[in-house]
Amino acid sequence: MKKIALWGATWVLLVVVLLLPPIVVVTEALKSGLLASLATLKDPDGIAAIWLTLETTVVAVCFNTLCGILAAWLLTKYRFPGRAALLVMVELPLSISPVVSGLVWLLLFGAQGWWGPALERAGIHVAFAVPGIMLATLFVTLPYVVRTLVPYMEHQGRDTEEAAALAGAGFWQILLRVTLPDARVALFSGVLLTTARAMGEFGAVSVVSGHIPGLTETMPLHIESLYNGYQTVAAFTMAALLACMAMAAVFLRSAPAAWARYREVQE
Amino acid sequence: MKRACVAFWRGGDSALPGYRLALVVTLLWTGLFIALPLCALIIRPWQDGVGPVLAELHDTRMFAALWTSFFSAAVAALLNVPIGLFLAWMLVRGNLPGQRIADALIDLPFALPTAVSGITLATLYSPQGWLGYPLAKMGVSVAYTQWGIIIALMFVGLPFVVRTVEPVLKALPHEQEEAARLLGAKPWQVITRVVLAPLLPPLITGFGLAFARGVGEYGSVIFIAGNQPFKSEIAPLLIVVRLQEFDYDGATAIALVLLVISLAALAGIGVLRRRFSAWGAMP
Repeated sequence: MKKIALWGATWVLLVVVLLLPPIVVVTEALKSGLLASLATLKDPDGIAAIWLTLETTVVAVCFNTLCGILAAWLLTKYRFPGRAALLVMVELPLSISPVVSGLVWLLLFGAQGWWGPALERAGIHVAFAVPGIMLATLFVTLPYVVRTLVPYMEHQGRDTEEAAALAGAGFWQILLRVTLPDARVALFSGVLLTTARAMGEFGAVSVVSGHIPGLTETMPLHIESLYNGYQTVAAFTMAALLACMAMAAVFLRSAPAAWARYREVQE
Repeated sequence: MKRACVAFWRGGDSALPGYRLALVVTLLWTGLFIALPLCALIIRPWQDGVGPVLAELHDTRMFAALWTSFFSAAVAALLNVPIGLFLAWMLVRGNLPGQRIADALIDLPFALPTAVSGITLATLYSPQGWLGYPLAKMGVSVAYTQWGIIIALMFVGLPFVVRTVEPVLKALPHEQEEAARLLGAKPWQVITRVVLAPLLPPLITGFGLAFARGVGEYGSVIFIAGNQPFKSEIAPLLIVVRLQEFDYDGATAIALVLLVISLAALAGIGVLRRRFSAWGAMP
């Protein structure tokens, strides 16, 4: 009896606190029917926002994955002075407010920034333009791949890699044929976390974007302007789309484990 | 010193290839994308001398916003500790029906983009919303007050507490509790001495992570907070306001204070955690 009461309390808590928000997103989006909400997606500014979000995500994910793999290799396969400091440095963006993560780029490239005016005269726009958005996204998503790879690669040790090196394998061969195939689940998880964060980043991008509809608005920023303009259905439709994309990325992380369980049952 | 430099350049003890390439890429990557912008943040306020910095310190609106941010984050993280502990306990030990779905639900606040959680929580807790309406009937107004900020921060912070407690709880052997009971410990002794003592370090870490996240949180808060200066204005929002006024110095000053205090809080929590983990390991 006591057990059932506890189960009930847990599920009520889970539903009210955690499940209700995504349900509200869907019901608000469909308030005037499915067709009405689909029609709002045809807005050219909305389409531009979706494209910009996808472009930014691809850039951030590719760049931070490549550098993240090399950094994880450096931080786990060698012991050198300054390693601990680098480990702390790589994780720093996680403890910095998103707004501050955007602000730092304005201090470099803004109208009152260090290099902003000079670049502006040369015709290169960084702040309140797409490059600024990319820089802010790169900054906030930087730690995820390293963070998920480091514990796993540390646990790997370096015996296999050293054996491969003795057998004559070069750096890229070892990395691509030995280390990464083994660490693929951790890498996959890190890439997906980077994707989710890059798509959903709001604070950092909001500071550097300048909010020009159709030009420098990503999906989260477009949601904000729609919501503040009382276009509730359009705002929640875009929100539902963005939430689906980010949630798919986050929940896909458990796919390898589920696949392994499935294979086990089959055998 | 010279030996350290040589070790740094040669790659310490390992004969694996690729050290220098990885080193150069990592240093460029972290240098250009982390160290450089943070240097700008640290140097910028002092660029025009000490005067402007001292002038910023007279800004009472800044202190009010910082207080709102830190106070709300602390309350939200504190409230999340018992809730997170309960959920983690039920997930690990509760034999909860639908355990796998419940486990996935815990990640929801983490998966939902902050702007989406922001507008959703504002709708949910507004006086006409599903949760706001019954609360308003009871005379509690959540949206557009400091409670709104706390609710939003509790939502984004909850997974941090659950996810740090869960693995420790999983590793905690059942037998310990049974042994304690057999040795004559009273139920409350079992809970405080055997169960809670090893859980204290992860609870402190979870609190710290939720707190650090809450202090800087922007997207999920601004829609539900009233954003009234001196009352329900959070520090990150004031940074945005200052930037819109083209007051870079003001914005940078708030950002620097925010950064320093949250890093200090994280370091302090690390110290606290180490002290309590020693205490928890004692027989």
